[in-house]
Order: sequence, then structure tokens, then C-alpha cells
Amino acid sequence: MIKKIGDNTIRFTLPPKIISGYAIVGPKEGQSPLAKYFDYILKNDAFNEKTYEKAERKMLEQAISGAIDKANLLATDIDILLSGDLLNQIISASFSARQIQTSFIGMFGACSTMTESLAVGACLIDGECANRVACATCSHFSTAERQFRFPLELGCQRPPTAQWTVTGAGCSIVSREGTGHNITHVTFGKVIDFGINDMNNMGAAMAPAAADTLKNLFKDTNTSPGDYDLIITGDLGKLGSEIMVDLMENYGYKMGENYADCGQMIFSNTQKSFMGGSGCGCSASVMNSYVLSKLDSGEYKKVILMSTGALVSTTSTQQGETIPGIAHAVIVEKGNK
Amino acid sequence: MDKNKINMAYSKFVENRLPKTKFFPSLLWAFLVGGLICCIGQGISDALVAIFPSLSKDNVQAYTLIILIFLASFLTGLGVYDRIGAFAGAGSIVPITGFSNSIASPAVEFKNEGLIFGLCVKMFSVAGPVIVTGIVSSMLVGLIYYIVGLL
Repeated sequence: MIKKIGDNTIRFTLPPKIISGYAIVGPKEGQSPLAKYFDYILKNDAFNEKTYEKAERKMLEQAISGAIDKANLLATDIDILLSGDLLNQIISASFSARQIQTSFIGMFGACSTMTESLAVGACLIDGECANRVACATCSHFSTAERQFRFPLELGCQRPPTAQWTVTGAGCSIVSREGTGHNITHVTFGKVIDFGINDMNNMGAAMAPAAADTLKNLFKDTNTSPGDYDLIITGDLGKLGSEIMVDLMENYGYKMGENYADCGQMIFSNTQKSFMGGSGCGCSASVMNSYVLSKLDSGEYKKVILMSTGALVSTTSTQQGETIPGIAHAVIVEKGNK
Repeated sequence: MDKNKINMAYSKFVENRLPKTKFFPSLLWAFLVGGLICCIGQGISDALVAIFPSLSKDNVQAYTLIILIFLASFLTGLGVYDRIGAFAGAGSIVPITGFSNSIASPAVEFKNEGLIFGLCVKMFSVAGPVIVTGIVSSMLVGLIYYIVGLL
């Protein structure tokens, strides 16, 4: 039986379960209002490694092994690792997979990688191709800065629309059996480009893709924003969130109090993060800590997780190309955990 | 609606919502910090004249620049200069200290990629365009000067 409903959504007959999640963040994120939810906070952002790339990798490795430990499993119990990151050739993910000897599928969806890997992982389980998968991603402020922007010590100013790449990693273990929260539907997003070409305004570049995926999800599942306890986007930031809410209103859906954005939650207003956090690690760390624990406690019963990605490359931007965006959504319902 | 029109409408929509840079504080900080750097330069120059009265005017200028360049590179290495730049903006970029920072910062950043392909190659990644512009414009000025001299 085909599991696709509507144009873009997949409904699972036996919902795969998120049986555990682990989140690790850098020192700046560790001072955020969400600090108490994180599993581990780095004392220094180099994580006692020689390079920031190694630090990023080490965070991802710790997130994966931490999530496996929390589920009382061994690395050998994981059938497939789905992971990706922001660095060229997704080195953090593939080098971490070198440590964790399991089948590995490299994912790239820019900052949307968390829900992208969750969605693909859930499909693999529902399709009876795997029993347990690990879905993980990470980002590091200092590695992202050098790849996409300027050297760290350069004394230049950021425009007010800029966002701050989150130093963090997160991993969810999705399983066919066990106790956990159910992934009932996933909506894979389309690549949407409304012609934004400002690398310092990712929120505006991603907002149309986020609105499109969310609209498709509501249409396909015949639900509305009010049916969920939380609708959380990845890293649209303040400006991007506002734009998305407006676009949703144009589509006929009114977003209410239950809408939140990981990028806006992860830093407090006094932390000088401009429009808020961004990066794969942003949604990965918030979803695997804050959101899962609220589902555990029963405060949330039904949530939409939607990481958003700006598919940007420094080469394409310098050649004058615009920035396409993408967003993948996952509906998670509280299970008996 | 065709794609171009949608994109144009969206760009306009986004533009209206863009948070604006606060001009007055930005200008004030740039003025104060830029002015302060110049005052420090003048102070160094005066001190040199007082300590080494035999130095020629050209040498005083050269030593002042060298000291300012050293100080900016040193502060870059300590991780202080980028913090100054974050609020001073053009105030700390435009003086020669900013140029020093733009060369020292990629050198620090890329030293992990090795001495030659990291440090040496990337050293001019930010300052390169400034040097090219400087050479090209001085060449043009020289050419004009030469032609005017012939007349």
C-alpha cells in the first residue's frame, strides 16, 4: 500500500519511534535560556582539540554515542547512521562515521539536515529496511565562519540581518520497537527560491520554503496550526519567522502562540546573536533536548519539527546566483515513554 | 504571475521588513575609535621625536606606522581587535591598523592548513583587493603624471 498522502506527505502505518535523543552545545549556547535541557555543554569551544573542525567532529561523535547510550544500546545495534553537516564534503559526518563502524548514509540539506535525516530514517524503518537508525548532525560557529564568511579575528561588522551559527550537535535514535515518541508523518520539502541573494539574510531566503512545506503538510494531513501543541522551525531567525508567519497567512493559515523557532530560542536577547541562531546544530540541539523533554513530560502531545536550510555555497553566491531554500517537516506524537 | 515578478514582489516585501542599521551610534563609535587610533599615532610620533631628536621626519613617520601595525597585529593575535571592530566598524578598519588586522587575522585562522598553503596563501585573502587597488591606482596616477609632465 502506498503510504504517500496528498502531494508531499508520507503517513506511517506503524509509526517509527524516537527512543532517545542527545544534545551537546558550545559555551555560548550553554548560557542560553535552554541550558538546563542540554545533555552536555562544552567548557571551551575548541573542545580540547587542535582545530575547530576536529572539535565539531568530536561533538558529533559524542552526540551519537551519547544517544546510543541513553537508549541502552550498543553501536552495533544501530543498523544505519544518517548524518550530515555544513562543511564541504560533509567531513564532520563522514569522519565521525569512521569512528562508529556502522552503515553510513551521508545527508546534505544544509541546516535542514536534522529533520531530513529523521524523515529518511523513519522511512527506512517503516519500509522494514532497518530496525534502528541514528540521525545526527552538527555545526560549529568557528568552522562555519571560515568557510562561509571571514576569519574570526577580522574586525568587521555584521549586518543586523545576520545570524549566529550554533556550536552544537544532536542525535536521535529512531527505532521500530521500544518506547518513545511516534513519528506519524513526514513531509519532504521542495527547493524554493524567491530570488534572495544576500548571504547575510538567510532567514528571508529560507522562509518561502518553510511556508511551502508547512502549507503542504497542513493540506495533505487535513490539519491546521491549532491542532498542534508546538510547531517549531529550525533556524529562520527573527526576520525569517516573521516573514514565514506572513506567508502562511497569505496561504490561509494563521500561526498562533504555538509557533516557535529554534534559532530564536537558543540565544537570549542579551547574547548579541542578531536575528538568532542558525546552522545544523541549532535545530539538532533544541529538538533533541527541549522538545523531546517536553514530549516526555507530556506538556506537548503533538508537534511539528521543521528544520530549514539555505542551500548556499560561497562559489554560487560570488557568481551572482540566488539562494534556494528547503525545509523538511516531521510530525511527532507523544508516545508512552 | 511569472517568476521574475514573484521574486521582485518578494524582494520588496523583505526590504520593507529589514531591520535598519542604527546610523547615529555607528557613526559616533566609528568617529571616536578612529579618532582615538589617530591620536595614539600622533602620540607615538611625538614620543619618538622627544626620545630620538635626531630622527628625520620621514623616519619618524615610518616608525610610527610600524609600531601601529605591530600593535594591531598583536591585538589581533590576542583576539581583541575583532571585538573593537564589532562596534567601531569603519573607525577601526580604515586606519592602517585595520589593514594590519586584515592580514594578521587570516594568517591566524589558516595556520592549521600549513605554513605555505594555509598561512602564506590565505594571508592576503582579505587584504589582497586593497593591495591590487592600491597598485593599479598608483600606476594610473603615475601615468597621468607622466603625460602631464610631457605637455
